[in-house]
Amino acid sequence: MKDLLSVIMLLGIYSLLSACFFVAMDAVDVAFTEAAVGAGISTLLMLVAITMTGREENPSRHKPALALIVVTITGSLLIYGTLDMPYFGLAQDPVHLHVAPRYVNDSMQEIGVPNIVTSVLASYRAFDTFGEVVVIFTAGMGVLALLSVVRRPKDIVIDSSKIDSFNKCMHEEHLILRIVAKMLIPFILLFALYVQFHGDYGPGGGFQAGVIFAAAIILYTMLFGMNTARRVINQSATQLFAAIGVLLYGSVGVISLLEGKNFLDYRVLSTDPLAGQHLGILLIELGVGITVTAVMVIIFFNFAGRGNDQQNKENSDS
Amino acid sequence: MDISSSVFLLIGSFLYISGGVGILRFPDFYTRMHAVGVTETLATAMILIGLMLLNPEGLVLIKLIIILIMTLFISPTASHALASSAMQNNLIPKLDKNEVNEKETSSNS
Repeated sequence: MKDLLSVIMLLGIYSLLSACFFVAMDAVDVAFTEAAVGAGISTLLMLVAITMTGREENPSRHKPALALIVVTITGSLLIYGTLDMPYFGLAQDPVHLHVAPRYVNDSMQEIGVPNIVTSVLASYRAFDTFGEVVVIFTAGMGVLALLSVVRRPKDIVIDSSKIDSFNKCMHEEHLILRIVAKMLIPFILLFALYVQFHGDYGPGGGFQAGVIFAAAIILYTMLFGMNTARRVINQSATQLFAAIGVLLYGSVGVISLLEGKNFLDYRVLSTDPLAGQHLGILLIELGVGITVTAVMVIIFFNFAGRGNDQQNKENSDS
Repeated sequence: MDISSSVFLLIGSFLYISGGVGILRFPDFYTRMHAVGVTETLATAMILIGLMLLNPEGLVLIKLIIILIMTLFISPTASHALASSAMQNNLIPKLDKNEVNEKETSSNS
């Protein structure tokens, strides 16, 4: 398929369908993440990316036959590997005998959070989650290093009147969209905060909340123009926030190290171990949310801003 | 209560199916948009009302009402955005056969 737009749309549909079957398998948290991240924001970021690269795929100079053979061999080896795995849902699976009963039976006494997924993600496996947050942070930094354009202040002064008029005519075009978005954006932000702080009790958590929050900001940017959004959202502040989130997460771990316990052992945060767990989970989810929001906004701004710059250049050339 | 809710659910599913038939049968983009955009909002509202009648108390009802309000806002807006962006990108609606022939002949001549 040479049309990149339809490839992206198919990927989005695939993500949405996998979210549906995660719901069917009672994995609500995973489904929520898949719907928000896979179907929502990654589709959107790829769409922004193809506004820069163009819609058609370049004709490739590679021969597809070799790649196809390698993929077939690898795929058949992987499928052969799954034959040794225990049958799906078997009661004698190692997972059901060893790890899962511990979480299901003891997490309420040990962590005190009704949503087991959150207690696994944020407390038992907090170190893994820390790694994920650092990966997201690194991705944001990579995009910044590759794509961020240092603007000369002169250009901005010249362009601002032009861009303002451009923004105005865009507003009139999207009048209906703008009004509806104005009504919806507060609710999206509110929903993101709900997901963020309700993650202990229902499906949700820092990752989903961060993505939803970023989606609201991106919606605003798309409708009101890049320059209005740059005025609302300070770019150096978002970079600072991306770092602050990781720092918050890490410093919770360091505090527990200083108190003489393991890294990210939240029981030391309060005199009551359960209250300490609650506080720790709240703090690290907050850190995750802040980092995810900031990194998504950074990625979007850099992709979209670069597209705008290219357009401006072409306009000035022609 | 059960009967009325199932009536609502049936109307909703019928509308969905007719929208699906429309998207397959209609000739061009705008008529397909029309088929789905018109039926979808009403069908979703019908199905949500049917679900509300099945469970007319508590938190579920409030959540369903919120979903209903959101759908009433979002889906017409989405249809509008799709159609207007198609118009801006110069997708010409398919006209009657006579008019198309006239256009072709006029452009040929």
